[in-house]
Amino acid sequence: MSLSDVSAAPAALAFTDVRAVRGGRLIWSQANFTVPAGGIVAVIGPNGSGKTTLLHMVLGLVPAASGHLEVFGRPPGQANDSIGYVPQHYAESSGEAIRAADVVLLGLTGRRWAFGRSTAAQRRQVAQALAAVEASEIAGRRLSTLSGGQRQRIALAEALVAQPKLLILDEPLASLDLHSQRDIVALLARLHAELAVTILVVAHDLNPLLPILDSAIYLLDGHPHYAPIHDVVDEELLTHLYGTPIQVAHTPHGELYMQSTL
Amino acid sequence: MTAHLEALAYQPNWWPILTSAFMGNALIGGTIVALAAGLIGYFVVVRQTAFAAHALAHIGFPGATGAVLLGMPVAAGLGVFCVGGALVIGVLGKRAAEREVVTGTVLALASGLGLFFNSMATKSSSTVTNVLFGNLLAISHNQLVSFAILLVVLGLSVGIIYRPLLFSSVNAQVAEAKGVPVRVLSMMFMALLGLTVTMAVQAVGTLLLFALVVTPAATAIMLTPRPVMAMVTSTAISLSAVWLGLGASAMFNLPPSFPIVTIACAIWSAVWVINRRRRTAAQPSEKSTDASPTTSTRPASAAPGT
Repeated sequence: MSLSDVSAAPAALAFTDVRAVRGGRLIWSQANFTVPAGGIVAVIGPNGSGKTTLLHMVLGLVPAASGHLEVFGRPPGQANDSIGYVPQHYAESSGEAIRAADVVLLGLTGRRWAFGRSTAAQRRQVAQALAAVEASEIAGRRLSTLSGGQRQRIALAEALVAQPKLLILDEPLASLDLHSQRDIVALLARLHAELAVTILVVAHDLNPLLPILDSAIYLLDGHPHYAPIHDVVDEELLTHLYGTPIQVAHTPHGELYMQSTL
Repeated sequence: MTAHLEALAYQPNWWPILTSAFMGNALIGGTIVALAAGLIGYFVVVRQTAFAAHALAHIGFPGATGAVLLGMPVAAGLGVFCVGGALVIGVLGKRAAEREVVTGTVLALASGLGLFFNSMATKSSSTVTNVLFGNLLAISHNQLVSFAILLVVLGLSVGIIYRPLLFSSVNAQVAEAKGVPVRVLSMMFMALLGLTVTMAVQAVGTLLLFALVVTPAATAIMLTPRPVMAMVTSTAISLSAVWLGLGASAMFNLPPSFPIVTIACAIWSAVWVINRRRRTAAQPSEKSTDASPTTSTRPASAAPGT
């Protein structure tokens, strides 16, 4: 009975004493936490603290040097069907030769061998994913002609088209202006509510994401920790984390801002 | 002077020339090479390996002259060096910026080696010209057989890896995260490129290969953003360049590589000009559909953050 209960709702991520080593260098160690399914989780830490390594480990691209990691109850790499990934630099160079809708279709059929035409059902799924990110009208455009915000929507559609349980976003707001940042954050909140997807998001600037975050994995002094977002947005913790004075302010809208006291 | 002018003049007997046996071989060989170029060219452009394709042709040069030195078939030397060179470039240059330097260095070394091998051999000045500029008219029956086999291998391979290759070419990071064997596909692609270059060098030569493999694909991508349509269009452009080029070479007694390359480049220039005008005209309407016209390429302004 208890066994079936456990397997019915596995945690999104379960780290047990995991150590990350890349190129012979220790990146971080003693990762011991469980991220429940269903939240919007930030991954924060200063440059070089191993945020991308953590993402790559969840994707199965970097093995754990020691310890044990499970993604939805499965070893990393075997859970990739249920993961949608949006890298930081999304198809920056090859956008001239392909349309937005075709890229989204590759998110669905790109793993299959052999040449094959897309089925009506697949095209419907692509159309739904594009509609979900409000990008239907740019589906026929070349990727290279899209603005940063539009491109980020296409990247999201490509990640969502295979109906993942976990969405991993690496700096989704980088190189977007404030208006586009706001749009993408609103879109993430809506997608999270509608699709019941767990979202893992790496971000340098937490502020635009704070209203929608539940919790955060923070990489402090070479060890990843996991905590509810209200515990993480703490002057002492953030000052220690980033090595620069940080203040937390409560605005009339209930939003929390971090500011350097320089 | 008069001799040169006579050589350029119109040949009234061009039809018998065009229907002769050696011209038949040239047409079949050129057609096979054009089909192969159409299959691989789109991926060369999307993967930004145009420089590698160009370099591979040069890397074939010492293979060809070395084969002559050892008394082996030129095609065998070309194949070993082109495929080998492709794999070396694939292994060494993973990042694009790194690949440029690796490719250029291997290119320079290969060209020097080719010259050295050629200086060792005695009766090979025609080999050098043939390798550098190609000679479709000298294609033998045996070469045609090997071309046909290579085309089948290429067609089957591209057919099998088409979708994962396209996925990893357009968006390597996402494909890798989805479990696509990006590195294996990259090496397979380089090997296929090496095979194509081996063939195409024999048709249009080291120096002119770019115009048959890369230029038609780049032209096609300007005309259509659909991958399959681009491959079909690219093949059609390569085929017209080869056929019209051979026709022109028979009519005006020209080395075929010259009209073939000229036609491919002329089509590219024409499409480039038309495309540029169309885009300039379409610019305002594209801007207005932009969801966020304020989006710029500058990095995100530091919000009231850290």
